[in-house]
Amino acid sequence: MSVAGSASISAAGPWEGHLWLVLGGSSSVARSFALAAAAGGAEVLLAGRDRLDLERTAADVRVRTGRRAEAIYFDADPYTDHAAFADACRIKAGAAGATLDVLLAFGVMPEQAAMDRDFALAQSAIMVNYTGAVSILARLVPVLEAQGRGRVVVLNSVAGDRGRLKNYLYGSAKAGLNTYLQGLRARLVRSGVGVTTVKAGFLDTAMTWGLPGLFLVASPAACAQACLAAAAKGRDVVYFPRFWRWIMAIIKVIPERRFKRMNI
Amino acid sequence: MNWKPATLGGWGRTSMVPMRTCRPERLGEIQRALGEVGPEGLVVRGGARSYGDLAVNGGGRALLTERLNRLLSFDSNTGILVSEPGVTFFDLMQVFLPRGFIVPVSPGTGFATLGGAVAADVHGKNHDWAGSFGDHLLWLDLMLASGEVVRASPEERPELFAATIGGLGLTGVVTALAVRLMRLPSPALTVRRQPARDLDTLLAELESRRDRATFSVAWVDALARGGSLGRGIVETADPAPEAGPLAPSRSAWTVPDLFPSATLNRASVWAFNRWYYRRVPTAGQVRTMSFEQFLYPLDRLLHWNRIYGRRGFFQFQCVLPEEDGANGLREILEMAAKAHGASFLSVLKTLGKEGRGHLSFARRGYTLALDFPRRGGTDVLLAMLERATLDHGGRVYLAKDARLSRVGFAAMYPKLDRFRAVLAEVDPEGRLSSDLARRLGLREEAI
Repeated sequence: MSVAGSASISAAGPWEGHLWLVLGGSSSVARSFALAAAAGGAEVLLAGRDRLDLERTAADVRVRTGRRAEAIYFDADPYTDHAAFADACRIKAGAAGATLDVLLAFGVMPEQAAMDRDFALAQSAIMVNYTGAVSILARLVPVLEAQGRGRVVVLNSVAGDRGRLKNYLYGSAKAGLNTYLQGLRARLVRSGVGVTTVKAGFLDTAMTWGLPGLFLVASPAACAQACLAAAAKGRDVVYFPRFWRWIMAIIKVIPERRFKRMNI
Repeated sequence: MNWKPATLGGWGRTSMVPMRTCRPERLGEIQRALGEVGPEGLVVRGGARSYGDLAVNGGGRALLTERLNRLLSFDSNTGILVSEPGVTFFDLMQVFLPRGFIVPVSPGTGFATLGGAVAADVHGKNHDWAGSFGDHLLWLDLMLASGEVVRASPEERPELFAATIGGLGLTGVVTALAVRLMRLPSPALTVRRQPARDLDTLLAELESRRDRATFSVAWVDALARGGSLGRGIVETADPAPEAGPLAPSRSAWTVPDLFPSATLNRASVWAFNRWYYRRVPTAGQVRTMSFEQFLYPLDRLLHWNRIYGRRGFFQFQCVLPEEDGANGLREILEMAAKAHGASFLSVLKTLGKEGRGHLSFARRGYTLALDFPRRGGTDVLLAMLERATLDHGGRVYLAKDARLSRVGFAAMYPKLDRFRAVLAEVDPEGRLSSDLARRLGLREEAI
């Protein structure tokens, strides 16, 4: 299935007057999200490391929707200057007279066994998935608070709901992020900013291509639509696809003494 | 790079083979994939609508272009579109028909990709005036097997440009292409259908329309013999400027994969052909249709290739020069009608000028496409059809082919040496390959 979907030029839409900052703009979910948000009237700012690739996605958004789309360099590594990046985003939104909204869609998922062997790899996964996410959100959130409105959508994972043999390091970073977002949500509700956690199941992305044992794999375009819809409705936590709520409900109630022996 | 094992084949499903597939989403990933290719080779695979083994690389690797599907720029003054190779014709129609633009050459399915259209230098139902897809290309950016990206156009690296148009994806991975769209003459088409009782009538009808109609195509009843040999229906289409908005087309149907291979047999095809031929009154018929309806009649039936069952089917398509074309067509239709393999979808068109690529299929003449369910004896029939095509100075379309011989291929494609010379230069180790390339000995005799 195509990542692009069938966005078309729209005269006005629900996201008119918004600038969606898409962090991790090269992922297939991010690409679809940018198209869907622009089709809904938003401008988009695609942020990531592969500038050439982001320029291509921005061009695609412009051709297909006629909306403004730009690429901006961003590295999730928390030791880079996230404060300056957040300031640049604030200025861009101000210049466009738009409300800044944020989709956080970056992440890495090295194989658990590889991280068991190589702590440097494990550390970099924690750095990107947890510390990097917190670092950039900590810098962007004051901008949204000052606006007194806006949305933060974070593409998280069902892997954070329980530590599993096959994927516990990635899962622990996602669990940490989940807890961070719970608190952030409580802080931001006081200034009219919504925080949506999207707990995604298996998605058909470059990250999961060729991995064994996947089932019920959902398209990135559908996930992007779900992220946008959840943001529009101001949802706090959503599972995507929705049935993962029930799968995870079962996984969470398995007693630990049984769970630790299970091969999942 | 993640490689996912998959069993894949051509649209005809005659050779389903294991491959390791990658699905890059950006240029860096194409480069990485190419770097991991060894002697097993890599085939570039777009919409996978070629029938035989063009997009198949048994035991080797495949690069799927479906997520290289971004539109990079469009200039509404010139109509020039720059796009990635995995964009489908269907996608283009969705985006550009509402803006009053259309791609001038479109194959018979909207699920084909632009990269695939370059690799097969596809033609449509308007070849007489529009030429092949390659005729509308301005330039291509190609990532060579080495990972280097180069531009090819009629001015810059013209030999590489000519080798890539119709080049079966073997010269490199297209990373961007520029094609000129044309202004849509009208939102809909007026389609005229006229039955023709035999081959001479059908050809006369096609000849009288080829320079006047915007689109023309004929369906042929390939089971008809004797005095009715070559009977069929000539269909032409022209812009319908007065047409109002059309009702939205009905949703697509998916064909389940449960048809026995014997579904399309002589009796069922005979019954279908009789109904299909007689449904058009002798005086003709006029309809208003959308461009998609006319250009992609089978696309609403998803996976229609499953009707042929698990054993699959072959499509044979040749072009014959006009001088002796009628005799050649008669000979081929006789063979097809005599053989137990009954052709269900038989299409005859006129083609205009020679394509731009070294291995372009198109040349001036008549092109006939026949489908045969795969069964014992079909190979013999295909060999006979190849012989007849050669005898009448024609050539077989590689995007459809699964059985052409090396000797026959070399005799049909006189610019093969030039193509080989380019391949030897841009991919000396033969990293880009396919079952078709090996079957036809495309790299052999390279200097």
